[in-house]
Amino acid sequence: MSGSTIHNASPSGDAEFRDVAQAHAPFRTGRLVLWLIIALIVVNFGWIVANNENFGWPVVAQYFFDPTVISGLYVSLGLTVIAMVLGVILGLLIAIARLSSDRLASSAASLFIWFFRGTPLLVQLIFWYNMSTLFPQLSLSIPFGPTLASWDTNSVITPMTAAIIGLALNEAAYMAEIIRGGLLSVDRGQSETAEAFGMTRARALRRIIIPQAMRSIVPPTGNQLISMIKATSLVSVIAMADLLYSVQSIYNRTFEIIPMLLVAVLWYLLITSILNVGQSYIEAYYGRSDRRNGAAAKPIAAATEEASH
Amino acid sequence: MTAPVIQKPLVRARKVHKAFDKLEVLKGIDLDIMPGEVVVVLGPSGSGKSTFLRCINHLEAINGGYIEVDGEQIGYRLRNDRLEKLSDNAIARQRRKIGMVFQQFNLYPHMTVLQNIIEAPVGVHGESRSDAVANAKRLLERVGLSEKADAYPRQLSGGQQQRVAIARALAIKPKLMLFDEPTSALDPELVGEVLATMRDLSKQGLTMIVVTHEISFAREAADRVVFMDGGKIVEMGKPEDVIGNPQHPRTQAFLSRFL
Ligand SMILES: Nc1ncnc2c1ncn2[C@@H]1O[C@H](COP(=O)(O)OP(=O)(O)OP(=O)(O)O)[C@@H](O)[C@H]1O
Ligand SMILES: [Mg+2]
Repeated sequence: MSGSTIHNASPSGDAEFRDVAQAHAPFRTGRLVLWLIIALIVVNFGWIVANNENFGWPVVAQYFFDPTVISGLYVSLGLTVIAMVLGVILGLLIAIARLSSDRLASSAASLFIWFFRGTPLLVQLIFWYNMSTLFPQLSLSIPFGPTLASWDTNSVITPMTAAIIGLALNEAAYMAEIIRGGLLSVDRGQSETAEAFGMTRARALRRIIIPQAMRSIVPPTGNQLISMIKATSLVSVIAMADLLYSVQSIYNRTFEIIPMLLVAVLWYLLITSILNVGQSYIEAYYGRSDRRNGAAAKPIAAATEEASH
Repeated sequence: MTAPVIQKPLVRARKVHKAFDKLEVLKGIDLDIMPGEVVVVLGPSGSGKSTFLRCINHLEAINGGYIEVDGEQIGYRLRNDRLEKLSDNAIARQRRKIGMVFQQFNLYPHMTVLQNIIEAPVGVHGESRSDAVANAKRLLERVGLSEKADAYPRQLSGGQQQRVAIARALAIKPKLMLFDEPTSALDPELVGEVLATMRDLSKQGLTMIVVTHEISFAREAADRVVFMDGGKIVEMGKPEDVIGNPQHPRTQAFLSRFL
């Protein structure tokens, strides 16, 4: 196709000699040398790591599928999924509140984001876990009125609920900002059109705005998900038996600290790698409207034909 | 096109005022539009034409005066002799009688042409999907784009996109159609196809308010031409009078550019 275009564009003979289709890349010696040096360093480093007995690879292999490790892995994954789902839902609501013209809603949302982004997650988790020292009783009541129901805080805030609440609220603050950015990236004309057609605000968001915002929301959300997997390791400080806590409990017994940490590291790497692949598929899905441009070549050609009639 | 003698105006605007902060954009617009009438609004840039159009379906709230469409005051209601603001949902309901076509088309890019057209009929007006699809196909035929039902907006030329936008607005069976410079974003060779579609609509008794710079369209299709300048209507009448023999110096100055 490119060949025929060139012939048409320039009928003169010397175009043949300059046809880029015949071009070849010059050989770059420097680059080859650089590659060789880097390959040598990598192989050497791998050799050192594999042969260093202190890494304890046999121990790593022995404990890789240990039931304690696997159950810790499930806890980490489960926490990630639950906290992420709650974080996205809450984040969406906060983002909408933040963008609303209602002063009360938007300042409440700002306050939430300010607080949960502004304090370390580790501190938040410890706070939730120690809720009972602040409020021994949790009760549902009408403000300054009668109490409807009441619970002992220690029975409600287990390591599990503290971990979920802590992670989800923190995630919600970050997701709210990501989602808000995504919603703002959609052309103003779209919400105006939805409005002009008599859609309610909720429907316009659901049908028109959010589907278009997804393209800019997905990549940073993938980032958040990967951060979240690693952030779950923080819950080990509140005695939640996640992946890190499980390997810690084993090396507290066997004193094989480095091999057990390697078990955890390899599992984290494995999961984040799988997520990376998943993310690129999702991005491709929401980016499909771009590829439509390529597919559009034919219809547009047909359109010009029709217009010229 | 002689209308029955006793007929109420479909649109009634009285002393409409609109300001953005301190900037007064509309300074008392009075206009009645009868059912079936095609009104073309002309005027220099910044004279408030778009703003007036957007006030009619309450995309902009007015600061003074009164707008009524089909017997209902837009954005407000009378309750116990006091005027109160309508809720967002009630305003959304009022807009459902009014179709709008934008300068930038504003098709939903993530939906096919067919989905664009049936979105409001199914989702807002509660039409059944099969009825809406059948109607959408009829409308696409009417704007000459039957074979594009499954295309995405990006795959269409500007003129085709605008014709889809017109079909989309017609799909809600509006009593009133608003056009805000529907051909201004189009390449010159694509303007004709959109104007032809609009001329076709004007002959079928649809009430239309058209903001445009296409003087030829005003001359051929308008029942009445309104000339706006500085937030006011300075001249109004039959196209042959306003365009052919303008009285006001501002109108004369504006039209002289098109000769
Ligand atoms: N949302 C807004 N905020 C502030 N000022 C605005 C807004 N919308 C319009 N204006 C101002 O109102 C005036 C009238 O604008 P409008 O868009 O109604 O003009 P127009 O007659 O449609 O002009 P054009 O032919 O260029 O479209 C302009 O001075 C414009 O800057
Ligand atoms: Mg305008």
